[in-house]
Amino acid sequence: MKNEFQVIADLIEKDKKVLDVGCADGTLMKFLKDNKNINIRGLEISKEKVQECIAKGLTVIEGNAEKDLKQFPDKSFDYVVLSQTLQAFLNPELVLDELLRVGKKAIVTIPNFGYWKVRFHLLFKGTMPITKTLPDEWYNTPNLHMCTIKDFFHFVKSKDIKIFKSLALNNLNSSVINEGNLGLKNLFADLGIFLIEK
Amino acid sequence: MNTEKRIKTLIVKKPLKLDCGKTIKDFPIAYETYGSLNSKKDNAILVFHALTGDQFVTGINPVTNKEGWWSYAVGPDKAIDTNKFFVICSNVIGGCMGSYGPSHKDHDQKIFGTNFPVITINDMVNAQYNLLDHFGIDKLFSITGGSMGGMQVLQFISNFPDKSKTVIPIATTSSHSAQNIAFNELGRQAITADSNWKEGNYTSNNTNPGKGLAVARMAAHITYLSKKGLQEKFGRKLQEREDLNFGFDADFQIESYLRYQGSVFVDRFDANSYLYITRAMDYFDLAKQFNGNLSEAFINTNAKFFIISFTSDWLYPTQENKDIVIALNSIGADVGFVEIESDKGHDSFLLDVPDFLSALKNFLDKSYEEN
Repeated sequence: MKNEFQVIADLIEKDKKVLDVGCADGTLMKFLKDNKNINIRGLEISKEKVQECIAKGLTVIEGNAEKDLKQFPDKSFDYVVLSQTLQAFLNPELVLDELLRVGKKAIVTIPNFGYWKVRFHLLFKGTMPITKTLPDEWYNTPNLHMCTIKDFFHFVKSKDIKIFKSLALNNLNSSVINEGNLGLKNLFADLGIFLIEK
Repeated sequence: MNTEKRIKTLIVKKPLKLDCGKTIKDFPIAYETYGSLNSKKDNAILVFHALTGDQFVTGINPVTNKEGWWSYAVGPDKAIDTNKFFVICSNVIGGCMGSYGPSHKDHDQKIFGTNFPVITINDMVNAQYNLLDHFGIDKLFSITGGSMGGMQVLQFISNFPDKSKTVIPIATTSSHSAQNIAFNELGRQAITADSNWKEGNYTSNNTNPGKGLAVARMAAHITYLSKKGLQEKFGRKLQEREDLNFGFDADFQIESYLRYQGSVFVDRFDANSYLYITRAMDYFDLAKQFNGNLSEAFINTNAKFFIISFTSDWLYPTQENKDIVIALNSIGADVGFVEIESDKGHDSFLLDVPDFLSALKNFLDKSYEEN
């Protein structure tokens, strides 16, 4: 399991009810179910991935977060997880609002466009950056709204969303982000992980 | 009669009050089982059949000598694995494969015909509930069925919220739409317009409204297929001829196919049963039973739901299946949902659609492991 999922799992206490939005093949769900006795549900748009989840014995709903989150009642999950998908929605702000409506807390991770490798790629090569977390070409990327850790940090603050924890992830190392080190973390982390609440 | 020996029957002594207000008692429910019930009696799956199905789910139907209607899904090592599960299926009341229906006789030994009480999906599941007592099963492992079978699944778990661990409605709806009712009415009109129908008393008149029933089946059969599926299978292909005949014979293969479907159906199905069962489907509106709030139908159950629809099903389209998912999510129920890609229309649930069969198998097997 990738390090990102380990960090997410560490943010969730045992026996909670969790919705994994864009749960893909259910790797995180399975881990949470087996190791933390989490009552876990998934929402996934890809039929193939839904089948993989079913084969793992996971409860998953085939659907689209932009349309289908609205069917869940307010605060019906302890945590709602959205891993590296926010930037792929047509309207990320609306999705973020929905996550925070459905979940008592939300865990959102974003690939950081402010990562130094991304900046260097654009600066020196002059072409759209391709990195481990941003593997696609400009013409086939699902990402519509790339942002940096700094962008997301400011965005969340501007919406009066409470940040409980923000972590910068670089390969295997995770570290806490705060107002003071934001610029530095924005340069050296390729992924931001935010535990938020509204 | 020889066929009657091959039909297992439970006589329900307990009176059953029907939605129409009448009460029936000492009535037969014809059923069949596959696999064996384990000692804990926790491996039973109750399968509900669709409009023209019967209790003979898989293997060779001893009455028609044809494959059972869900042979692709039910059997040893199949999606519903009879090595593992004990499968029970019964003929619905109103049906014509041994359960109490319009071809049965009243206490004056007169065939009911249209004097048989109008039954509902609710009546059907209340009648079938008696099978649990019969087998001494406290809680089923699962209930499943497609189309009208799915309606019974929804009604059953609403009526008996703690009687099944898992619930699998397939290609179904919680409320028959105007279009659904319209197609059923077309079928009923075809039957009753046949002069051999004789106000439902064809048996005592030694006639059979076969032409009307065949037309009903032909019309319905079209609704079970998708436009794309029909086009790919038949297109404008001609039936055993080089050119158009400039007449009204079956020039096209699709015409010949539909005529064949109509003619074989007449041999195995009772016209009055067709009227009764389609009526039960039309009356089905689960939300209405709960003042328009479908979620209320499921508020008392902790069962795990898995809902399946098909992309090309326009009779009970994905959205109507999703409406059930939405109702369940809004009360925080445990519900999974998948829409299976298939060109085979509403009939997909009866056919060899690997993605469907593997999803069904995985859900059942994994849920049973956790049991």
